[in-house]
Amino acid sequence: MSTDLSLAPGPSAVLAEEAGVEAGDAAGAAGTVGGVAAGGAPGRRRRRLPALTVVASFALLGLVVAWALLPALFGHADPYAGVPSEKLAGPSPAHWFGTDTTGRDLFTRVVYGARYSLLGGAVAVTVGLVAGTAIGVLAGTIGGILDEALMRVVDVLLAIPALLLSLSVIILLGFGTTSVAIAVGVTSVAAFARLSRSEVARVRRTEYVEAAFGSGGRWWQVLLRHVLPNSLTAVLALAALQFGTAILAISTLGFLGYGAPPPTPEWGLLIAEGRNYLATAWWLTTLPGIVVVLTVLAANRVSVWIARRSEA
Amino acid sequence: MSTVGTNLLEVTDLSVGYASAGGAPRAVTHGVSFAVAPGEVVALVGESGSGKTTTAQAAIDLLPPGGQVLSGRIALDGEDVTRASRRRWRQLRGARVGLVPQDPGASLDPTKRIGDSIAEAFRIHAGAPGPRHGTVLVRSIRPRVLELLERVGIDDPERRARQYPHELSGGMKQRVLIAGAIALGPGLLIADEPTSALDVTVQRRILALLDDLRREQGTGILLVTHDLALAADHADRILVLRDGRVQEDGPAARVLAAPSSEYTRRLLADAPTLATPIHRAAVPAVGGGAAEASDGAAPPALSVRDLTVEFGGPGVLARLVGRGRPAFRAVDGVSFDVPRGTTHALVGESGSGKTTTARAVAAFQRAAGGSVTLLGRDVRSLSAAGRRELRRSVQLVYQNPFASLDPRQSILQAVEEPLTNFGLGSAAERHDHAVKALERVALPAELHARRPRELSGGQRQRVAIARAIVLHPEVLILDEATSALDVTVQAGILRLLDDLQRERGMTYLVISHDLAVVRQIADSITVLRGGRVVEQGSTSEIFERPRADYTRELIAAIPGASLDASLAVTGTTSTLSTTAPTGA
Repeated sequence: MSTDLSLAPGPSAVLAEEAGVEAGDAAGAAGTVGGVAAGGAPGRRRRRLPALTVVASFALLGLVVAWALLPALFGHADPYAGVPSEKLAGPSPAHWFGTDTTGRDLFTRVVYGARYSLLGGAVAVTVGLVAGTAIGVLAGTIGGILDEALMRVVDVLLAIPALLLSLSVIILLGFGTTSVAIAVGVTSVAAFARLSRSEVARVRRTEYVEAAFGSGGRWWQVLLRHVLPNSLTAVLALAALQFGTAILAISTLGFLGYGAPPPTPEWGLLIAEGRNYLATAWWLTTLPGIVVVLTVLAANRVSVWIARRSEA
Repeated sequence: MSTVGTNLLEVTDLSVGYASAGGAPRAVTHGVSFAVAPGEVVALVGESGSGKTTTAQAAIDLLPPGGQVLSGRIALDGEDVTRASRRRWRQLRGARVGLVPQDPGASLDPTKRIGDSIAEAFRIHAGAPGPRHGTVLVRSIRPRVLELLERVGIDDPERRARQYPHELSGGMKQRVLIAGAIALGPGLLIADEPTSALDVTVQRRILALLDDLRREQGTGILLVTHDLALAADHADRILVLRDGRVQEDGPAARVLAAPSSEYTRRLLADAPTLATPIHRAAVPAVGGGAAEASDGAAPPALSVRDLTVEFGGPGVLARLVGRGRPAFRAVDGVSFDVPRGTTHALVGESGSGKTTTARAVAAFQRAAGGSVTLLGRDVRSLSAAGRRELRRSVQLVYQNPFASLDPRQSILQAVEEPLTNFGLGSAAERHDHAVKALERVALPAELHARRPRELSGGQRQRVAIARAIVLHPEVLILDEATSALDVTVQAGILRLLDDLQRERGMTYLVISHDLAVVRQIADSITVLRGGRVVEQGSTSEIFERPRADYTRELIAAIPGASLDASLAVTGTTSTLSTTAPTGA
């Protein structure tokens, strides 16, 4: 799925910056016979996106992290005990996100729920990142039969639909927040393995890696000093992307009832609980849903930013 | 000179700039003026960053994004096109001015057949009356395409027209691109380094083709090149650019014989040609092959016997079944000796097996047969630990110093790394050694913390050399170590290598396609072709009395024959230019 992250933007952004000095010579090579004869304009302009969205994304993720760490600072009500007289109240200055069926403040519950989603996302990404990268790096550096074997296992993992795979893992591990996080992590192992293998294989073929062996580097020295640092930026970008996806997947599994049990204010569960009241109390599903969507979008934006930056 | 209207291209006081982060565009060429008359070849010569390509791109309105003409005037056939619309340029490109790009490998659409690529020019301009053609009808395209392919010297055009770019050699691709450029009979061709990606013998034939076009059809050619020797051979008029300014402008003969600028003189002095005087003391040649070669004398630093390297043999499974393709023999029975403290050159065109041989010597490539004895050790039988130990005394310098340096390391870290790898000395001593090595290659201390991309090509190659010499190796393998560099930079690196050899008595194995460079630095030479030894001997033997036809062809293909002649006229002493064979 995201294996082509590293290939995304072409060299033209760099080119535009250096064109005055050296790249001009290289740029002459562009264009085919037809292109030249046709005189197609020499290329789309690629301007740098304003960093504003990146700043906003970081700010949003920072806020969500703060919710997870210090929920009491942001949610001024009790996330578990409601005031029955105020049940199903719409959004108001007193209750920003309204209240639910038992009169609990929904915003407070969303704030307290950040912990489950973030922790779950972090566990899921860690599982995927560690296992996937280990497989990918082993396959990419050792190669040969091990590479073949590991990659076929990865192919099998990719062939199983992600939801089915995580449900199977949950059934093996038992219900609960942690199992859900691990299950979601397992589904991303294949993507991490693929990407890190291709990146490691690319870096391994470079001359500087050969030069490092040529100057007496041992296998692990070259691996730690050259191969991993140069191949893992793309993997980190994928990790940021997967973080968003994992939050979404955890919410999905929570919605389906495989995650934390009901009083827990987990985001997916919040949305699930509100779905019976969609016609009368739209805020119960919509507002936590928007929080999930924004968090995922912010993680994606940060991922793109990491990928771009590593190429500059 | 010619008046306005008769010149194919007139560039007057042209300044081109690129948009910069600060706001105001930064000019990279300043007041460049020249004209190209029909049948004339004008060469724009300069090093990287001189603005030669930018000027040529401006003349055909193909500046990269951000580029714009700041001031000055460009006229094609007397028509001012400086501010011409995109629409007008589409009519002009191909019809009035054709472009021959730099890298034939990257300039043809890989999914299109050759014939279709060329036909595209006709199709796009169908209905548009060209200056020298009537309206081109679509159904008449095919015979014209075949005619063009034949015109540029492609054999069996019927078959070639149906082939895809990957089925053609680099030289043939460049011929196809030239065919596309001349398809609509433009009066002017802009050739941007048309041969720098090609082998010397191929380069010679492509340039001969351009010469023919000029002679037979009166095509004017703007030749952009870094190679002054090449310009000397083919241009009527030479402009030397530096930092976007014209340093020298005049008839080729005058520029070569009596350059008016200091910079041109330096370029002439640094450009290695057959006329460059040699300062090296002769070393007795030790030919390979014969076993009695170095009998009695000190053992050679490197001795290669009947080396064979194969690629892509049948896999384990295919061998079990008894099927699979036979292996490709990249190196086939190569033998040579390199005495200590001398320089041996492996010379050949792409595919000759010269790099593969060097990699087998450095134990980066498994050999299929033969023996490699390096400093008394049999390289082929070394264990992994033995190979690692070998690297203390054998180092390799690569062609592209950008690719051979880790982009994340500072240059000081890069040079320290070999010392760290072998655990030599304390951290402070390693630092001192690395600093000394960097000083030795003349890289000032303020550069030590920089990353490779913040350095120029020449500086990067100096870093690579510093990394190679920091362990004080006895043998240095230089794989096209200067061919990516500008001539003045190359001259500096060659001087550095020569000094190092004298100081430390190092033995060099040089891999190069550039005979002019090899002649300057090598004591003995092995000429390779298709993985086999064509000829070997001392440098003077090879250049003065080449025995094989192929060697003669290689020597004849070195550009700069006219440069040699003019140097001889101006009285530069050159013992070799009179004796060296200058062509078949």
